[in-house]
Amino acid sequence: METMLTVQELRHLATEIRKDTLRSITAAGSGHPGGSLSSADIMTALYFRAANLATPTDPDRDRIFWSKGHIAPLLYTLLAYKGFFPKEELMTLRKFGSRLQGHPKKGSLPGIETSTGSLGQGLSVAVGAAYAARYDKLPVRSYCLTGDGELQEGQIWEALMAGAHFKLDNLCVIIDNNGLQIDGKCSEVMCLDDIAAKLRAFNWHVISIDGHDMEQCVKALDEAKTVKGQPTAIVAHTIKGKGVSYMEDVAGWHGKAPSQDELAQAIRELDAQEGK
Amino acid sequence: MATAHKDVCGTLEGKATRFGYSDALLMLGGNDPRVFVLDADLAKSTTTERFKKEFPDRFIDCGIAEQDMVGIAAGLSLMGKVPFTSTYGTFMVDRALDQIRVTVAYAELNVKIIGAHGGISVGPDGATHQALEDLGTMRMLPHMTVINPCDVNEARKATLAVAAMQGPAFIRLGRESVPILTDDATPFAIGEGITFEDGDDVTIAATGYMVYEALLAHEELKKQGIHARVLNIHTIKPIDRDLLLKAARETGAVVTAEEHQVMGGFGSAVAEVIVQECPVPMEFVGIKDRFGESGTPDELLTAFGCRHTDIEAAVHRVLKRKK
Repeated sequence: METMLTVQELRHLATEIRKDTLRSITAAGSGHPGGSLSSADIMTALYFRAANLATPTDPDRDRIFWSKGHIAPLLYTLLAYKGFFPKEELMTLRKFGSRLQGHPKKGSLPGIETSTGSLGQGLSVAVGAAYAARYDKLPVRSYCLTGDGELQEGQIWEALMAGAHFKLDNLCVIIDNNGLQIDGKCSEVMCLDDIAAKLRAFNWHVISIDGHDMEQCVKALDEAKTVKGQPTAIVAHTIKGKGVSYMEDVAGWHGKAPSQDELAQAIRELDAQEGK
Repeated sequence: MATAHKDVCGTLEGKATRFGYSDALLMLGGNDPRVFVLDADLAKSTTTERFKKEFPDRFIDCGIAEQDMVGIAAGLSLMGKVPFTSTYGTFMVDRALDQIRVTVAYAELNVKIIGAHGGISVGPDGATHQALEDLGTMRMLPHMTVINPCDVNEARKATLAVAAMQGPAFIRLGRESVPILTDDATPFAIGEGITFEDGDDVTIAATGYMVYEALLAHEELKKQGIHARVLNIHTIKPIDRDLLLKAARETGAVVTAEEHQVMGGFGSAVAEVIVQECPVPMEFVGIKDRFGESGTPDELLTAFGCRHTDIEAAVHRVLKRKK
């Protein structure tokens, strides 16, 4: 049994994970830092506290589907920190022959539950896994991470309908609501307005949080486990590029690698926030 | 050699291949608790309602949401289930292609994809509901097995076979009753074509319903002194290279027949084998780069060039080019 990390320990871990995520993207020369940083806190809380994920092959492990597959660098760093593969391998990201493909590939690395990369598809998969887990009376929870821009995909709403229709209370979607997409602000590209209201209208239990407040992240994930008769959506209000001043809330950092100098600055800033 | 199919000249019993699918599902439902059946509001048409009635807790109606259905099936398969997704071929393959490509095929998930109402013989519903590109689209996807059964019994065997294999597979089904050419004794193995008639003058490689039309053509050609070899190629991917190459070498001319676009479809799959290893003259019978339209199945099969007479004409053309 893993010891439960404290909120303070999770905060520290999220900083280290941010740094290694950025190091891998810089080494790759391409990748998606903005969304990796906005999702880093809640996904650290999920992987290192909320989810039952001692090994990547336990049949009873919780399943975590990364519908926003482009932030694979964060996923890989989390899996390396879980000890599922060596951290040194993070520096092979996106290289020819690497197990760390540009977008997650099932079977490529321990801990990747399935292949994703074309947006909008992961929540349906999470619905199916939750359905099967309930059918088999397994203690498995099914999680899905999506972006907010990703909610523009129609399939997401098909899956939201299905999750509520089947009353899958072992299902939890985490929405990284950073407000930006490649072409600019989500509200300007294709506005969804009040996401939480729409999810409630689809009969989901909705928890809105500051996605960079570790205590709120932990509490929301705990609350989701107690909900009965309906699935839970955690709307995590986040900042794209969180923790690195020049990336924060800048759409241009969606899919661009920092230079070595920019990386050094990012690590200095992240360390400074830790009080190092 | 005794024929490997039933006599096509007598009165033929007919049944739609979609019933072979649900015949197999009922068998699987009792034998394999991993089998789940998903539909997208067409359970009566695809015949999955028969499974729903017997095994309601393993039937999921996903509503009119094919992309979500494919994703749910993927999730079920990741938990060890063997899901069959069922709807019309057009909505299955075309509507949910990205989901089939990325979520199922790329991840090599054990999802079985069923495209009912394949071909022009769907009839009066017209072009939107007639799957004419399903086989070609599916065969381009890495890891995908593609099967097009010729009759109800072969559809049953194909369904059982894909349930027993690991990995993604596509099966095309038809709406209309078609002659029953095979019985329980007819062999079926994925990737192994069947020689239905022997002959050395020309090969007719047919798939799905067109196997029947090929047999009719064989009878007519025989009267003209032309001995055609008739191959039932039920598996389009992986295709039976050995059987096709042997036929090409021994007959020196090949005609393909499919109820599908010729461009990129079954004929193309056969040609990819023939031209690389044993180039012989070929002709392609099938739909020629057109959308379908409304009509009776009979009217449409004739209007779109999917008749034994079309195969016979193609045989005459190919024989003129044969060295």
